[in-house]
Amino acid sequence: MPKLTIALSGLNNIDSPGPGIPVIRGIRDSKILNARIIGLAYENLEPGAYMHDLVDKSYKVPYPSDGVEPLLERLKYIHEKEQIDVLIPNFDSELFTFMKSEKTLREIGITTFLPTVNQFEERHKSNLPEYGKKYGVNVPYSEPISSVQDFLQHKEKFEFPVVVKGKFYDAYMAYDLDQLGMYFNKIASKWGLPIVIQQFVKGTEVNVVALGDGNGNTIGAVPMRKTYITDKGKAWGGITLEDPSMLDLTNNIISQTHWRGGMELELIRTAKNELYLIEINPRLPAWVYLAVAAGQNLPEALVRLALGEEVRPFHGYATGKMFIRYSYDMIADLDEFEKLSTKGEL
Amino acid sequence: MPNTMPKIRKNIAISESGFVFDPLSGESYSLNPLGLEIIHLIKNGQTYEELSEVLLAKYEVDQETLDRYFYDFIATLKQFNLLEVETDA
Repeated sequence: MPKLTIALSGLNNIDSPGPGIPVIRGIRDSKILNARIIGLAYENLEPGAYMHDLVDKSYKVPYPSDGVEPLLERLKYIHEKEQIDVLIPNFDSELFTFMKSEKTLREIGITTFLPTVNQFEERHKSNLPEYGKKYGVNVPYSEPISSVQDFLQHKEKFEFPVVVKGKFYDAYMAYDLDQLGMYFNKIASKWGLPIVIQQFVKGTEVNVVALGDGNGNTIGAVPMRKTYITDKGKAWGGITLEDPSMLDLTNNIISQTHWRGGMELELIRTAKNELYLIEINPRLPAWVYLAVAAGQNLPEALVRLALGEEVRPFHGYATGKMFIRYSYDMIADLDEFEKLSTKGEL
Repeated sequence: MPNTMPKIRKNIAISESGFVFDPLSGESYSLNPLGLEIIHLIKNGQTYEELSEVLLAKYEVDQETLDRYFYDFIATLKQFNLLEVETDA
């Protein structure tokens, strides 16, 4: 295969990591793909920009919240220099912008493999009850609220504790109205409105990473249980599971929605062995390298789907494969930081 | 004395060192040597009479104490969902 140029975001390999580096590791492991990796960094200290064994060249890009045009202009500039073949955005908060720009990007020769706007919108946390009803999936009761006053109108429908969730990120458990108000303000100031109040479902959190081909087929899916969770609720360790019911649920969702692209299902398995869907993340998660190690190189498959290749579904994966995340003090020279912060390139 | 011997779930992985992995829940456990021996006897399809015969001959224990410890052990396995679920067929 000729050498591809793949651009990715999500290089923030920090304690709450973006999926960029794990996705790159999957691509680097591929025996099919031969890729030059272009990192797209929003911040000067995103570690991935300094990982030269994984990322060939990095560019600073403006935040999507600065508007579509500046981001597209910057991408066009990078494309002129690098001739990007495939672009993989890895942040929830930038996906909408890239989905809306899919046609523009295609016209200049950059392909993506993203969910449709409809798929993206209907799985929003605030739409989860309708989603559950439409696709026959157990979901906890939830209400989007724009103020604490809003919650008071729905108060009878909830029992404390409840989960207070941001539009894109963050979730906190609130045991009373005071805590709810505190977390409401904390999340709203960071991610905006609405805030979603979700009924707390007691059980074990389990997750599935999956890839849909856009025609209703599941190309791959690997279930996992977090074995170590940080105070930010992020997995610091996990293990692959053999759970047919989780795979059935994933296939059910992908076949009905014709999901296109990577996804992560966040589920709770109750003591009665029922699965509740608490969230769908519309991209590959930061733990996707576990799936690669277990035998399903989903980043590789995603790139091939973006290139329009026919990709056969994976069959099976290794159960009991574990990941243990670790931190590592990478040493960088000031001139590298200078290049990224002043010239926007490294 | 149990009427029927409990069965260990088929997909439970048990290593020679007594490490137990449940691929459904992702949980793992460690058995002590005696626990491992009992699991092997159960997996080999021994009846409770045969199992107690082996253990009474090998260890300094009376039947009543063995019964008590055996039930306690089985209850623990059940609590951790390591046993096949009995169905009223």
